[in-house]
Amino acid sequence: MTVPAGSTAAATLDDARLLQAYEQMRLIRGVEKAAHDLFLRGLVKGTTHLAAGHEAVAVGASLALRDDDYVFATYRGHHHALARGATAVECLAELMSKATGLNKAKGGSMHLTKADHGMLGSYAIVGSHLPIACGAAWSAKLRGTDQVAVAFFGDGATNIGAFHEALNLAAVWKLPVLFVCENNFYMEYTPIRSVTATDNPAADRAGAHQIPSEIVDGNDVEAVFASVTTAAARARSGDGPTVIEAQTYRHYGHSRTDPATYRPAEEVEEWMKRDPIDIARRRLTDRGASTDDIAGADQRADRVVEEAIAEATAAPDADPADALADVWADGGAAWRT
Amino acid sequence: MADLITYREAVAEGIAREMRRDQTVVCLGEDIGAAEGVFKTTVGLFKEFGAGRVWDTPISEQAIVGTALGASMTGMRPVAEIMFSDFLACCFDYLANEIPKLRYMTGGQVTTPLVVRTANGGGLGFGAQHSQAVENWVFTIPGLKIAAPSTPADVVGLMASAIRSDDPVVFFEHKGLFASKGEPAPPDHVVPLGEAAVVRPGTDVTLVALAYTVPIALSAADRLAAEGISAEVVDVRCLIPLDARTVLESVGRTSRVVIVEENPYQGGWGGTVASILADEGFELLDAPVRRVAAECVPLPFADALEDIVIPTVDKVVEAVRQPMAY
Repeated sequence: MTVPAGSTAAATLDDARLLQAYEQMRLIRGVEKAAHDLFLRGLVKGTTHLAAGHEAVAVGASLALRDDDYVFATYRGHHHALARGATAVECLAELMSKATGLNKAKGGSMHLTKADHGMLGSYAIVGSHLPIACGAAWSAKLRGTDQVAVAFFGDGATNIGAFHEALNLAAVWKLPVLFVCENNFYMEYTPIRSVTATDNPAADRAGAHQIPSEIVDGNDVEAVFASVTTAAARARSGDGPTVIEAQTYRHYGHSRTDPATYRPAEEVEEWMKRDPIDIARRRLTDRGASTDDIAGADQRADRVVEEAIAEATAAPDADPADALADVWADGGAAWRT
Repeated sequence: MADLITYREAVAEGIAREMRRDQTVVCLGEDIGAAEGVFKTTVGLFKEFGAGRVWDTPISEQAIVGTALGASMTGMRPVAEIMFSDFLACCFDYLANEIPKLRYMTGGQVTTPLVVRTANGGGLGFGAQHSQAVENWVFTIPGLKIAAPSTPADVVGLMASAIRSDDPVVFFEHKGLFASKGEPAPPDHVVPLGEAAVVRPGTDVTLVALAYTVPIALSAADRLAAEGISAEVVDVRCLIPLDARTVLESVGRTSRVVIVEENPYQGGWGGTVASILADEGFELLDAPVRRVAAECVPLPFADALEDIVIPTVDKVVEAVRQPMAY
């Protein structure tokens, strides 16, 4: 049913980059745990949609992209901001309503953005950013660059109109865009399979738009890296979009208030055995990385998170002047004379 | 005197002028390329600028406006056409949740210099889903600028400002005005966003109008003049920024005001103008503020029914008599 992506020899990460990927995933996991703990302490308000378990998708993809490529994420997007170079302290400060937050405390957990690193936003209306990523890809094509745009989205987005409008437009305009579905098998509380006619909600639909697709192990950072490397190369060479469906699993519920009791215990247990960080650690060991190498990465990641928590906690609160700033490009909010 | 041009020709002229001066200006929309637009408002663009800058799209309003947004964030100045303004509802997420909020919610990290052009309004008998005046839909959303010109020259001048704006602009072109004629715009004509125009001076009553209601107000002013009533007509031209100062100054001269708007009374932009007058112009007024707006029903098809619903010259003349008699 799906059109094969026409893979060439799969790209791999050398030992140094695999260790780098491991450390990055450990950092993201640490930030997500910190976000959870800070919420329980009343220091993060609103809600959070934690990406623990999804780290390999963001890290594997980022390693396959260039600094000038564009990334669009969802409200479950902390991992993408961090993978594109937002610092742990910027992210935590944003969650903690601090003036030094990534978005000056005007976005919060659901809207982390690092535009000067090509991370052009986290969008909280399901599926809305797929057409926006098409626009960034169209822009690259118009400007004659070989940048690519990547939209990361959940399985739930595959049943919304914007998903299909974006895929069709990307296909007919041959846009350099990658649609990367993080299929964690649940929309919010409902299994995606129970509300979708196909087994693979993103990949199975790609063929309808004549877009190549691939299903990858989203918990294997190297598999994601390889898939995105191939798709990005296709896009850069003018061959158009690719749909990648990365199968993964949430470690927390949908959002802060969700204990995820709807997931069978055996299923959770099986997926926890396939923790992306454990997979990467085993592979490092298999390739001869020393215990010290791995422990060093663990310690560095832990230290960054600890320092980020301390620094974000001590940061100044949101600046009241920012409430009425930056509606318009001139920095202001005037709507009348 | 130069030949007059039509409002629809002015739309294409306004876009073409900006495409000539700025290579980052690109157009996308349904049937805008070789077909030159269902309203013929993109005539000549495909021929002059080619398929590389004038892009036909599928009937996918979310993809059209979403794509424009992504392009605007990454160095382009897209001009997206939504064929009928009624169809803004098909991509309202982008108008309500994405375009106006991105700059703000990212703490100023991105700018979104895009234009969404759309054919708005009634008077042509297109029925309930192709005739609405929906400028009030957009007016409720902080973060979007709104232009709605009434003359060919203003179309060109406001199009220049809209496309050059680093903020997103929704540009309402009125279906009922496409065939109307006016003076062509001089070279390099630019009308700043947020400047109303006093298009007819008067002393007894101010008529505040926008787009299609401007010629209605002007016709009403002619009729009122025959009755000895001197009406000043203010063409608001943009709803955001709203040039409240010009309206207040006019009411300062006339002490009476009738707001003429095509969107429904229920939630119409005139309610905000009336609110500003109540807050800041109360002592200028010698009579209650009056609004002539569309009736709060869907647009009917038959001319005889449509005239009952939308503003007409008769309704404006009638409405003016009340504050004059107060």
